[in-house]
Amino acid sequence: MITIKNLHANIEDKAILKGLNLEVKAGEVHAIMGPNGAGKSTLASILAGKEDYEITEGSVSFDGEDLLEMETEDRAREGLFLAFQYPVEIPGVSNINFLRTAINEKREHLGEDPISAKDFMALVREKSKLVELDAKLASRSVNEGFSGGEKKRNEIFQMAMLEPKLAILDETDSGLDIDALRIVANGVNTLKSDNNATIVITHYQRLLDYIVPDFVHVLYDGRIVKSGPKELALELEEKGYDWIKEELVEA
Amino acid sequence: MATYTEDDLAKDLEGKEYEFGFTTDIESDKAPKGLNEDIIRFISAKKEEPEWMLEFRLDAYRTWLEMTEPEWAHVRYDKPDFQDITYYAAPKQSKKYESWDDVDPEMKETMSKLGISMEEQKRLTGVAVDFVMDSVSVATSFKAKLKELGIIFCSFSEAVQEYPELVQKYMGTVVPKQDNFYAALNSAVFTDGSFCYIPKGVRCPMELSTYFRINESGTGQFERTLVVADKGSYVSYLEGCTAPQRDENQLHAAVVELIALDDAEIKYSTVQNWFPGDKEGKGGVFNFVTKRGMCHTNSKISWTQVETGSAVTWKYPSCVLKGDNSIGEFYSVAVTNNFQQADTGTKMIHIGKNTKSTIISKGISAGQSQNSYRGLVQIHKNAENARNFSQCDSLLMTDRCGAHTFPYIECKNSTAKIEHEATTSKIGEDQIFYCLQRGIDEEKAISLIVNGYAKEVLNQLPMEFAVEAQKLLTISLEGSVG
Ligand SMILES: Nc1ncnc2c1ncn2[C@@H]1O[C@H](COP(=O)(O)OP(=O)(O)O)[C@@H](O)[C@H]1O
Ligand SMILES: [Mg+2]
Repeated sequence: MITIKNLHANIEDKAILKGLNLEVKAGEVHAIMGPNGAGKSTLASILAGKEDYEITEGSVSFDGEDLLEMETEDRAREGLFLAFQYPVEIPGVSNINFLRTAINEKREHLGEDPISAKDFMALVREKSKLVELDAKLASRSVNEGFSGGEKKRNEIFQMAMLEPKLAILDETDSGLDIDALRIVANGVNTLKSDNNATIVITHYQRLLDYIVPDFVHVLYDGRIVKSGPKELALELEEKGYDWIKEELVEA
Repeated sequence: MATYTEDDLAKDLEGKEYEFGFTTDIESDKAPKGLNEDIIRFISAKKEEPEWMLEFRLDAYRTWLEMTEPEWAHVRYDKPDFQDITYYAAPKQSKKYESWDDVDPEMKETMSKLGISMEEQKRLTGVAVDFVMDSVSVATSFKAKLKELGIIFCSFSEAVQEYPELVQKYMGTVVPKQDNFYAALNSAVFTDGSFCYIPKGVRCPMELSTYFRINESGTGQFERTLVVADKGSYVSYLEGCTAPQRDENQLHAAVVELIALDDAEIKYSTVQNWFPGDKEGKGGVFNFVTKRGMCHTNSKISWTQVETGSAVTWKYPSCVLKGDNSIGEFYSVAVTNNFQQADTGTKMIHIGKNTKSTIISKGISAGQSQNSYRGLVQIHKNAENARNFSQCDSLLMTDRCGAHTFPYIECKNSTAKIEHEATTSKIGEDQIFYCLQRGIDEEKAISLIVNGYAKEVLNQLPMEFAVEAQKLLTISLEGSVG
């Protein structure tokens, strides 16, 4: 699905990613953990195509294509989805209108006809149920006046509507109470299939009780410094990141 | 000065090749450049006007001579040379059109280039259109249907001939000819415009619409609109404006007067798309307009405007809330891009008791443009329980543009309640990135964001106009983020 090789990236001449490697295959769930400031959101933004970064080295292939050469909107249309750590508000633009535009842009890109109003509304009903999103929120302006938890649920709702190949969830768990966490996790698990993959970025183990990863990676100082099975998350929770640091110093 | 003969005129009629835009090749019946009493007599004579009309003009002209151009607006421009303007240019067509089918095909072509498909409009929406080209009304449709209801909807010139008592009774009562520099100029030299009268208790069954267009090079456009809604009547009036590209500045100085008698309601919507000048700020229309409505008891006047065009705009559609319980509304979206300058807003004059006004202004500035909101809320001594709510928002698309807000409040009655809210925001890179990440390209993203921002105002427009306005917003802001 996605192969990241030796990725180096700067922002304003400051190196943030320093040789990051990661491979995610279809059907897999990967968790990326790491302390604040390690570069997790940077990685997510670069994959999604945010322009503020300078890529100095490395390559990313997505479904066999050179991801770094693709336009931001084309990455999305080809099935890359980012659930934002801080979803933005777009006043006056209804969620419905926003999503319909997004879906039709994707369909046009794939050479398909626009979705009919009837099919679209059916889809909205089905997917909003999945994340227990109030029907009222679906017709309100994008994220405007939403609580933190509602914004996160709205991200997963959008993800469900767009059915991406690769979803990157950037700290979707932060700010969620246990019920909301369960709902979000349930949404992600339901959407999981052999044809798609998920990267879950978090720095709490908690979410991984609900979304069970196939692999856990530790991102530290711009690199994946340790990878392992789901149990690695528990170990991190117990020992903290200092343990990793010490290991690195010893090595 | 000698009067001009047909021969003199002929010299001015030589067709010109235009570099920009498109122009309709209808021989113009054009006055020589310049302004003096003879020119005014010429215009009046051309239009076969009654004596009182000529007197009104001359009186306005003499007042104008004593006046100086206003300089308080937050705009900068080279003042027009009033002796270098042609004040009368009529398409050289003597016959009047009985029906839409009679209209010159070339003129229809012009209209379709404007993106106004009359046929389409008529078919889909039943809009009655009065089309004013270089200030002379050339086609009025749906007249018969309106006539049945006693509604008068015709060119201003026709009204002067056919309904002189109505024109005389109301013209200049809301915007007196000495009101301001440009209103005085308009009163002296206006060549045409639209007139509309809705009789007592009649609800006009269709949107009445006028399209204005400046065609002839070097011409100013001075049209006048007068809408009178008699007691208990209702009318929704649409005004669209457009001009071809020219590298010179053209002057547009219109006067619009609305009169809502007791219990009447007038909804007046404008989509203004005069040529804004090129990317370097060359050319474009100077849009200096006086629009005002008079509200009698229990009446309501609502102005909605979407302003995307013109190099310089100077315009304050206002309401005089004279009657008790009357309501004034102003909904505005003003977009400026490149080197455009807009100084626009409203005046709400509360005179009667329990009068209410609402002001929603949304400015959008891009490029290096300057966008100002200027509004006055005035509560008179006897205006018990007057209410005003104002909201003025500014959206900046770049770091080089300017947004300014000048709210003035004058309150002479302590029972008044006045609320004012203002915000300024910059279009977010993060909002655009959010859209891009969902597969929506930048142009569509800007369109979504801007239309969302302007939604409260766009919602006030009649349906078919709203769609057009949305497209216009998008077009005017193409490639404008930075
Ligand atoms: N726009 C920016 N300008 C300068 N530094 C930035 C910017 N964005 C992120 N950084 C820096 O990059 C590093 C990684 O940040 P981030 O990817 O947000 O970390 P994480 O998501 O792992 O907490 C931090 O040191 C942060 O300060
Ligand atoms: Mg982060």
